[in-house]
Amino acid sequence: MLDADFFRRWLTAAAAAVDREAARLTELDSPIGDADHGSNLQRGFTAVAAALEKEAPTTPGAVLTLAGRQLISTVGGASGPLYGTLLRRTGKALGDDAEVDEASFAEALRTGVDAVAALGGAAPGDKTMLDALVPGVDALSTSFAAARDAAREGALATTPLLARKGRASYLGERSIGHQDPGATSSALLFEALAYTAVGTGGRAAGDD
Amino acid sequence: MTDGPLAGPLVGIVLVSHSGPVAEAVAALATGLAGGATTAPVAAAGGTEDGGLGTSAELISAAAARVDRGAGVAILADIGSAVLTVKALIAEGDELPDGARLVDAPFVEGAVAAVVTASAGADLAAVESAAREAYDYRKV
Repeated sequence: MLDADFFRRWLTAAAAAVDREAARLTELDSPIGDADHGSNLQRGFTAVAAALEKEAPTTPGAVLTLAGRQLISTVGGASGPLYGTLLRRTGKALGDDAEVDEASFAEALRTGVDAVAALGGAAPGDKTMLDALVPGVDALSTSFAAARDAAREGALATTPLLARKGRASYLGERSIGHQDPGATSSALLFEALAYTAVGTGGRAAGDD
Repeated sequence: MTDGPLAGPLVGIVLVSHSGPVAEAVAALATGLAGGATTAPVAAAGGTEDGGLGTSAELISAAAARVDRGAGVAILADIGSAVLTVKALIAEGDELPDGARLVDAPFVEGAVAAVVTASAGADLAAVESAAREAYDYRKV
């Protein structure tokens, strides 16, 4: 079972991963975006980590909705409302339970991913964060490690795609040949999730 | 459209741009063109809180609260995160005044149409429809 502490540790690990990879995310966002993805997410996840420490929410749902709210208000770019919606919808889908099992979490995260697709009007193959989120959540029913690997593969597979959404879509053919920064940061979230799952019992990273 | 000014309060307009100066200038343009004795409340929410390019959810919420007179708030946004942040705030349910809605319209032309219509005392549906119609005006 996963409790509020698990989700707090996940988001803290995600904040650390974003911090560590901020320069690379911004570098990926430089040829096809407006070169602020790393710094925007860094600002957002720093605010998430601070809010979780200050407010100490006690249920998984409350942890995720608080984090989502912070991202919407602090990121400043499109990734804010998108990741904010992902976490809030996932949190709301989890409800008020003190602990959730892995299957319920996978189902709730699917609700969150669907909400991201609806908000941005995008689908897999459009060279967006959905290219990592969708395979990641699909594989989550297998294991956290499988989700991490699928999301990473999905992010790498965005390189040859033509961008159809967001700032990169204005570049048309010139968007081809660059890995999508949003899919890359989404893969980091799954990486942090698999990292957090190690040692929590149940199916840890690397199992299966 | 309604026949002349209504007794009720005016619809508020919020202009959300990636750029603070763009939002301010479009607000000034639309208010100036509305002329008349009464002008609908208009608020600009452009850029980030520290004056950079981007979108601030806080600035949008504050702007919507400022122009809310109880008749609804029409929000116009330019691109990317401006649109997505407004949609996310509306989905939150409690971040914007009741009756706040994102209007699907071109930013400058839609803002002028919305402010002129709202200043004439029209209701939210009429303001929204006037702003949307700005898409139909072809320039060549």
